[in-house]
Amino acid sequence: MNSLDPAMTTNGVGVAPDPPYDYAPYRSTHLRAPKMPLQRLPAGAADRYGPVFGPFPIGPTDNDLTAGQPGAPLGERIIVAGRLLDQAGKPVRQQLVEIWQANAAGRYWHQMDRHPAPLDPNFTGAGRCLTDDDGRYRFVTVKPGAYPWQNHAKAFRPAHIHFSVFGTSFVERLVTQMYFPGDPLLEIDPIFQSVRDRAAAERLVSKLDLSTTMDNWALGYTFDIIVGGRAATPPDP
Amino acid sequence: MRGDQLPRGTPGGATPSQTAGPFVSIGTAWAAGRDLAQEGDPGSIVLTGTVLDGAGAPVTDAMLEFWQADRNGRFPATPATTWTGFARVLTDEKGRYRLTTCRPGPVSSTNPDLVEAPHIDISIFARGLLQRLITRAYFDDEPSNKEDPVLGSLAPDLRPRLLARCSSGSLPVAANALPMYHFDIHLQGDQETVFFAPW
Ligand SMILES: [Fe+3]
Repeated sequence: MNSLDPAMTTNGVGVAPDPPYDYAPYRSTHLRAPKMPLQRLPAGAADRYGPVFGPFPIGPTDNDLTAGQPGAPLGERIIVAGRLLDQAGKPVRQQLVEIWQANAAGRYWHQMDRHPAPLDPNFTGAGRCLTDDDGRYRFVTVKPGAYPWQNHAKAFRPAHIHFSVFGTSFVERLVTQMYFPGDPLLEIDPIFQSVRDRAAAERLVSKLDLSTTMDNWALGYTFDIIVGGRAATPPDP
Repeated sequence: MRGDQLPRGTPGGATPSQTAGPFVSIGTAWAAGRDLAQEGDPGSIVLTGTVLDGAGAPVTDAMLEFWQADRNGRFPATPATTWTGFARVLTDEKGRYRLTTCRPGPVSSTNPDLVEAPHIDISIFARGLLQRLITRAYFDDEPSNKEDPVLGSLAPDLRPRLLARCSSGSLPVAANALPMYHFDIHLQGDQETVFFAPW
């Protein structure tokens, strides 16, 4: 069999604990999750390897979401930092990390966001940086607010920051979300709960970190991201 | 080397995927819309199409990422080479995407017996996709498709779903017009696109 059951994406050795495509509690999957089994590419396919992102210009303050506007954004200023690692624990160096998020009131800077919470003219909610040679990244931002969505009655997303990272190969590309510790909304959020492996879901929750915290200025949270794990090496021949 | 993998559920295990959500453009638009070739470059083509959901509605909030070899079938050896092989496009209000690029050459892999017909990898990120989807666009006028190991591994009725169709067909093409290849992405339905596991 060359094809894979989509359910296998959450089971089996060598497969990451990613959520399934088809997950009924998250309504948007109904018309978007593929129905056919995934196909498997042959071992050694050349495009499985290599860098997947080019030399795009990153500005020195692109990792500070509180900068670049006339004033300071409203809300609780925070620092979010961590390391980008591969499955063997090696740092992913000089690679792109992108984030986007709602403002402190839970509103996105996006024309399709109809949540009647205030926009903040000093906060557009996008940032990016390259990891350093230890795989470290660091952002200054404000803590995003929870926001309602149309998934079900009284549905609110827990506060989260969207992350997009590139590893060192095509298979390591990852888009995910970072959550905050102790958020009671995590228990009732279908997107967080779509990760069926409890320990894996916990890896999406950042940790309050005093060594990242800056005295009299901002609390710090750490969020390490481990890419790969779908297979430590490309699939065996 | 599957023994090298960390057991699932350990603190060192992989970070799970989560949906990019409907507002993916906020964080990613800055690097979107940069073509991989100019219209005047020899060998340039346009790859274009629409992303459609299971009801046939356009997916207007998707981010597509393209990854491909150059015209000689080579991937960049280092990030510093001018050929990055990477492009990102956000779908528009009609669910369409458009990329001007070069037609890649046939790709050799680490396995010398495995030469793949020219193709472009596509990753799809969107609201409703808890993980990205991965597919490949091949070229319908490419003779070496017949020997391609990936197409050959599929059931015959599925192979045409990975073919981008040249819009000029048998019609004469204006001297300055780029060959335009159409590749719609159907997330579900009778013509559901063939998607690949990422590992
Ligand atoms: Fe969000």
